[in-house]
Order: sequence, then C-alpha cells, then structure tokens
Amino acid sequence: MAWAIYISFGGALISALLPKAKPEVARLWALAVAVAGLAIAIAGFAAGMGQGRQVFVDALWVPSMGVHYLLAADGISRVLVLLTGIASVAGVLFSWNIELRTNQFFAFYFALIGGVYGVFLSGDLFLLFVFYEIAIVPKYFLISIWGSTRREYGAMKLALYSFVGSAMVLIGLLAAYSTAGSHSTALGDLAHAGLPVSFQMWCFPLVFVGFAILAGMWPFHTWAPTGHVAAPTAASMLLAGVVMKLGAYGCLRVGIGLFPHGLDPWGFSFIGIGSWRDVFAWLAVIGIVYGALVALAQTDFKFVIGYSSVSHMGFVLLGLMTLNQIGVDGAVLQMFSHGVIAGLLFAIVGRIVYDRTHTRQFAELGPMHLSRRLPFAAWAFVFAGVASMGLPGFSGFVAELQVLVGAWQANPWWAAVSGIGIIVGVAYIWRALQKAFFTDSLPTPHEFESEREHKFAPITWPEYAGVALLGISTLVVGVYPRILLDSIEPAVKALLAGGAQ
Amino acid sequence: MNYAALFRATLPETALEIAALLVLVVDLGFLRKVALQIRTAVAAVIGIAGCIAAVWAVYAAGWTGFSAGSDLLLAAGGSAAVAQVAILVLTAVTLLQVVDSGSAESSFTRNAGEYVSVVLMAAAGGLIISAAQDLLVIFVGLELLSLGLYILTAFNKQSGKSAEAAIKYYLFGAMSAAFLLFGFSYLYGLSGSTSLPEIVLGTYLASARGGTPLLLIALVMIAAGLGFKIAAFPFHLWAPDTYEGAPAPAAAFIASVSKVASFALLISISYAILRWPAMLHLKGGGVTFTASPAGTPQPPATVGFVPTWPMILMDLSVLSMIFGNLAALAQSSVRRLLAYSAIAHAGYILLGLAFFSWTNVSAQAILYYSVTYGLTAIGAFGVVGVVEHATGSDKLDAFLGLHKRNPLLAAVLLVLFLSLAGIPPLIGFWAKFNLFAAVLRTSGGALPFTLVALAIAFSAVSLYYYLQVLKRAYVMPSTDESPIRAHPATLGVLIAIAAAVVVFGCFPALLQNWIAGFYPSM
Repeated sequence: MAWAIYISFGGALISALLPKAKPEVARLWALAVAVAGLAIAIAGFAAGMGQGRQVFVDALWVPSMGVHYLLAADGISRVLVLLTGIASVAGVLFSWNIELRTNQFFAFYFALIGGVYGVFLSGDLFLLFVFYEIAIVPKYFLISIWGSTRREYGAMKLALYSFVGSAMVLIGLLAAYSTAGSHSTALGDLAHAGLPVSFQMWCFPLVFVGFAILAGMWPFHTWAPTGHVAAPTAASMLLAGVVMKLGAYGCLRVGIGLFPHGLDPWGFSFIGIGSWRDVFAWLAVIGIVYGALVALAQTDFKFVIGYSSVSHMGFVLLGLMTLNQIGVDGAVLQMFSHGVIAGLLFAIVGRIVYDRTHTRQFAELGPMHLSRRLPFAAWAFVFAGVASMGLPGFSGFVAELQVLVGAWQANPWWAAVSGIGIIVGVAYIWRALQKAFFTDSLPTPHEFESEREHKFAPITWPEYAGVALLGISTLVVGVYPRILLDSIEPAVKALLAGGAQ
Repeated sequence: MNYAALFRATLPETALEIAALLVLVVDLGFLRKVALQIRTAVAAVIGIAGCIAAVWAVYAAGWTGFSAGSDLLLAAGGSAAVAQVAILVLTAVTLLQVVDSGSAESSFTRNAGEYVSVVLMAAAGGLIISAAQDLLVIFVGLELLSLGLYILTAFNKQSGKSAEAAIKYYLFGAMSAAFLLFGFSYLYGLSGSTSLPEIVLGTYLASARGGTPLLLIALVMIAAGLGFKIAAFPFHLWAPDTYEGAPAPAAAFIASVSKVASFALLISISYAILRWPAMLHLKGGGVTFTASPAGTPQPPATVGFVPTWPMILMDLSVLSMIFGNLAALAQSSVRRLLAYSAIAHAGYILLGLAFFSWTNVSAQAILYYSVTYGLTAIGAFGVVGVVEHATGSDKLDAFLGLHKRNPLLAAVLLVLFLSLAGIPPLIGFWAKFNLFAAVLRTSGGALPFTLVALAIAFSAVSLYYYLQVLKRAYVMPSTDESPIRAHPATLGVLIAIAAAVVVFGCFPALLQNWIAGFYPSM
C-alpha cells in the first residue's frame, strides 16, 4: 500500500512537468494516477481483510534521533486509505473541466493526495507529522489559484488555521519525544514509554485541539465553510472528504492513542464537566447542532454543504469521545461515510449545477426550475441529500446510529442533544432541495421561452462516472456495513485496549 | 611561539589570502583590457579554487589547533572545523553566483577582482573567529570579517542606497566593536587572561570575591557586540537597511557566511563556559570544589558566567523571535522581509545557545541550523537578485506572475521560502526540529518548554509573510508577463541549492552524520 504514496508524489512531479498547452494530457495522466492509487487501496484493503496490523516499511530515517520511516496499516488506516482512493478518483473526474494551468492543478492535487495517504499509513509520529504538513501547503495553492468566492481570503485563513493547529501538534510531539527520553518517535514506542499522567493531562488537549482544528471542531471550525466555498469543486471534495478526516484521524491515533490518560477525570467538576473528555464531547455536540442550525439559514447553496460538514464532523468527534467500542467504530465509519457523501454533495453543487447556472444563490436558482431542466442533478441531489440525512440503507445511517448508541452509553445527554442536530439536518436538506430544485412557482411563458433557447450543457461522462462511483460507495456500505466494520472493529478494539498498538 | 605550527594551523586562512592576492594580481595585472564578463568569471573561478584549496587545508591541517604556551589560541576539529568547511562552501556558492553576472549592464560593479578578493578576505576573518579561543584573536577575526562586509555593502557605487546602507552598517559596527572591546577589557581586568577557558575560571574566582556587577556589565557589553553580528534584537537596526541596500551577492554573503561564523564563535564561548568545572578539576584552583566526572557535570547555580550568560542570550532570543516575526509581517520589500526573518531565525538559534548542552548535541544542532539557513538565504537572495535585475524593484509586487515569467525560478522560490517557513520535508523543518529537540533534551522544565512553544508559535506566524511572497509569484494575476531571463550559471546554482534543500530535507541524516563526523565520539 506504500506505493499509493509514491505513485501520488511521482504523479504530482510528472504532472508539473507536463506541457502546459495540453490540458487533456494532464487530465488523462491524473485519472491514471488516481485510478492506480484507488486500485492499490482496494487491493490493500482486500489483502488486509482479517489481518491485524501490517508493517510495510520500517527503516531508521534519522538514526541519531530515533526517527523511523515506518509505514504500517491497521483496519482503520485501510478504510481511510480506501476513502482517499475513492475521493481522489472522484475529484479528478469532477475537475475535468479545469482549463487554467491544468498540469499545475493536478501537481498540487496529487501532492495533497500523497500527503493524505502518507498520514493514514504512518506508523511513526514524526513521519505522520511530516505528511500532515505536506498536505497543508497544496491546499493553499489549490484554493487561491483555482478557487472562486473570496478565494485568497479563504485560502489564507485555511492555511493559517491548519498551520496553527500543526504548530500545536509539533509542540506536543517535541514534548512527548523529550519526555519519553528522546529515543524514538515511533507511535508504538511512544505509547509504551509510560508518559506520566500529569504530562498526558496537558499534552492531550494540546494535540487534540491541534488536530481537531482541521477536523472542524466548534469553535475552531470557521475556516471550513469559507474554505469549502472558496475552493474549486475537486478541492472542496477533498477538503471535506479527506482533509478533515486527517484531523479526526490524528485525534484518534495520536491524541487518544498516545495520551489515553489525558481523558481521565480531573478529580473535580465544574457544571458537570469533569474531564477533557466531557469538554471535547460537548464541543462536538455544540458543533453538531450549531452547524446544522447555521446551515438552515444560508442563502448560498455551497455554504449549506459547508456547514453540514461541520455538523457531520461533530459526530466523528463525539464518537471518538465516547471511548467505547461502538461509538469509536461509528466515528471511523462516519469518517468514511461523510467523506463520500460530502464529496457527492459538493460535486453536485459546485460542479454540475454551478458550472451551468453560474450562481449558487437560492434566490437565483429557484426561478430556473432545475428539476425540469437538470433532472439528473436534481435526482442525484435527492439521493445524496437522503444519504446525508442518515436514512437507512445509506452509510450515514449506520455510522450515526452507532455514534448515538455509543454516546448514549457514555452520557445520555450527549445523544439527546445531538438528536436535535439530526432533525435539523433533515430540515436543511429539504430546504435546499426545495429552494434550489423543486420550487413550486410555475414558469411564466416568457421564462419558458428563454429556457428553450438557453439549454444547459448536457451532463458529461466524467460527471456520470463520478456520481456513480460515490453513490455506489455509500449504498454498498449502507446496505452491507460489515464490509468496513469487520476491518474497523478489531483495530478500534486494539487501540482502545492499549493505546496505540 | 612556534611559527611552523601557526602556519599549519592557519593553512586555510593562508590559502584564502593567497587566492585573494592572486585574484588582484591577475585582474589588475593581466586582464585590464579584457571584457568585464571574462574578468568577473576569471576572478570568481580563482576565488572558488581558493575556497576549495582552503577546504582541503582544513582537512590537511589535522585537528591539532594552535597554542601559545599553555593557552589554546585556535581550536581545531569539532565545531570549528564544521563551521570552517561550511563557511568555505557557502563562500564558494556566493562566488558561483557572480560568475556570469559580468555583462556590462547587469553587473553591480566594474571591479570584479576587488569584489572577489574582499569576499575572500572577509571569509578568512570568518575562519579565524570560528576557531578562535582567545579574546585578541576573536577581535582581530571579527574586525577582518566586519571590514570586509562594510566594503562589500558599499560596492555598488552607482547606488545611493548601497552607500547609505554601508555607512549605517559601518557606524553601528564601529559602535558595537567599541562595546565589545569595552567588555573584553573588563573581562581581562577581572580574570587577568585573554584565553576563554582561563577567563571563565578567573571571573568565577573574581565574582566569588565580589566582582559580579563588573562581570555583568562586561557580559552585557559583549552580548551587545556579538548581538550586532548576528542581528539579534535590539542590535539589529543595521540589518534591514543593509540587506536592502547591499548588492544581492553581498547581502547573501552577509546573511550566510557572517552568520555561520558568528554562531560558531558563540558556540566556542558556550563550550568554554560549560567546561569550567573540568578546568577546576585540572587546576585544583583556589576553591574547594569537587568537579563531577566528565559527561555529567552539574554546574551549581552560582556566580560567574554560568547563570548570567544563558540568561542574556535567552532574553535576546525571545525578543528577536517576537520582534523579527512581527516586523516582517508589515514589510513590502522582499529584502527587508528577509532581513526581519533573519532576525527571527537568529532568535531561534539563540534559544539553542541559551540552553546549551555539555554534550555535542546543541553545538551540532546550532551548526546544522545556521549552515542550512545560510544556504537557503543565499538561494533566496539569488532569486531576489534575478527578479530585481529584471524588474528594477524588490517590492512584493515585483514577484507578480513569476510562475509564468520564469517557472523554474518560481519553483526555486517556492522550495526555499517553504523551507524558511519550516515546512517538512524541506531542510528548514529538520533544522528547527533538531534545534528544539536539542533544547528540550538539554534541560527539562517549564521554561525551555515554554520558549520552544513560543518559537514554534512564531514560526507559524512566519508562514504568513512567506506566503505573501509566494502568493504574488503563483496566485495573483500579473500585468507584465514578459519572461524573466536568468544567467544560466546563476539559475543552475539556484536550482542546485533548491535541490540540496529538498534532498537534505528528505535524507536529514546525511548532513547530520557529516557534522557529527567532525566530533570525537564521546
């Protein structure tokens, strides 16, 4: 599976060297690289089925400091690598229409993808951090060069938020490394170094918040909606689909894996909050409800999806904080599920609809009667929206149900309050559907005339293919969740039992 | 005084001086009628050959050093050797950039031979201070280096800015040299010696007899003098003007070679301070003190150098980090931006010096940082120089659309600036990590940890201003899209520097092992 990383970086380098004048060459090359990555991810997932942790490479990188070049995967990593593979192929398909500096676009794109693969496969804290930072810089350029609304602002905000988060992680990394005796940065070695409880108590929140900034935890989420809206479609699919997962994965693997005692009770409680676990769980719950409520009030179609991401990522963080088997299983599954569904929603809004209508405002989309003129987009959105609401049969249902059950076991109030978020979630999707696609106002004869003259461009094959890929992924996991859960459960069990493996 | 030994110990310096004289003779004696282009190239090539010969001399001189009587004057091996080789390599790289800049309209000077020979002499000063163990030798080396730098700054005779910068630099430099001498004289008065280890011992005894206030004054004066060389806040005032006014190759030289040499000097001082328990043990001096066995010294919190010097360095470090990074945010000239970022980088390195380790961890980390920073800074100034030559300005807006005007140059800029910001896997990141890990390894506790956290937080701030430049180069639309041409040799050197930043970043152990190879294994 390590080859997924090398292929992506190699693909990025070659893409940068491709001739500028021939965007179609760059596109085909990008598709080939992404499909190769997906093939490796699927093969690795299939081969790892039923196995525990596999180590691919383990070499000393910097011998004097004990930094390992250690690539390994357990069930959680394999699921997320699979998600990255799917999202990268879909992202290439939905950026088929990029004409400006196409080769550079895909160079940054694959530098980002390579970093993401690397984070999910790192078995060394230092290596993980290196890949994590590699993933930050391309995002800035993807958004600021190829983005839309307020792109430079959105890109800079995102880059600075991410960099502040990663600075916190770096501080935690250095502290853990020196406290453990400066021998090794491998996750396993650090977890077994017996870090003192008092140290874990302050290092855990530092590292957790550092990663959670990228996972869109309230109140550090504000980069997410602006970043998503500013980004080009493929970049917002990746942002919501995999980059936010980097943060959540870091929270799980590093935060909970290395500093399990950071979650212990403080020994005193203040308005019912007696540990970092309570703090972060409540922040997650607030994120769920807040994100959903704000999404309900948006007038820009893409902002709705952006805030819905904040809401859905709240479920991931809440699941992590339940610290029980079912809750954390649900959190990992929700990472996959949200990655696919958010990708689909962004693709429909940002690419299929926006590229034809050139607006994302509900007030302007309404009179266009899109359900009649773009039936494919409308029904694809119905499909994705239903999946996003968490109806049975889609992946979101299984994931959120598990998180809620886990939360109920941990603290019924968490589950009860997040339930509000789900209800509001149904409401904002309905509202978006109705305002954007299924308005009840009838076209005037004049509008009828102009519609016949200005037909929208037909849906192209990459769009069909991308929607199909993402749609099938969410359906398969929704109908038969065991396909992923069999892989996730043992890994989560091992992680909860003894910190990192 | 053994002159044969002195000659052997100063073989590298001698090689440089010979090369410097040779450049002058060839340039003024034989090439007077030849085109400037060829004169520049010949001078630069002779200079580079001199650097190569000097590197060979560093290895050939052996690790004996030079002593007069029982006092060590010039150290050899270890940090001194690393710094010397690094100085020579960096000097050669700055000269490489001059090789093909001789075409009449692009050159900043018509006196290429003089330029190269002054560079070589200044580099010889750098070699001396990185090995010096004696106040007098230190001062001679520092002045040799500084005088060279003043001249280099003023070398662009057509530019008023260049002259202004040189005058400012010179005035500040003269003042700081006075401070330094003043401090040195107190130290001599307190300890009766000019040899660093003796001084540390002597001042310990003196302050035990009540001389602490004088010692404090001396140390503050010395910190002011050396803080000027490394451009630490609040002795940095010359830096932005000099970086802005000096010809680009000279600015690169100031930012790299002079920095490496000054930090090597600071490392010598820090070592001398930490080795004093061992000295006491050897001399059995006037105090009853049982030195702990080598390897695990536990210097008592006591009078003398030990507690004061790190505290001064720490203050300088914190102020430099904060001020340098914040001031860089507001710059519109890329050269000034680099100057303020250099102040910030000096702050990070000072942190490593403030928490200095008895083992070689800290020295290696500091050298690693200053050498890699020097290399990156040369590259950055190289890019600025090319852009400036094409557009006539070093403002941020001069970089607009660079990715279209010269894609290779833009890629080099991307790599170098991201490395300065400390983004992995580039070398700047490893340097930072290495340095901060050394600080935390040396001393646990809340204070070093807080300061490291502060440094990391400010390096997050620094990303913002580096991105401001990259944003111009890659993102913002440009009105002028005419290609920018760079001389092939210059471009080649820049690409090689960027490649080195990437390769050493991906395989950080290469450089670390090379540095560690100079130290006797402990």
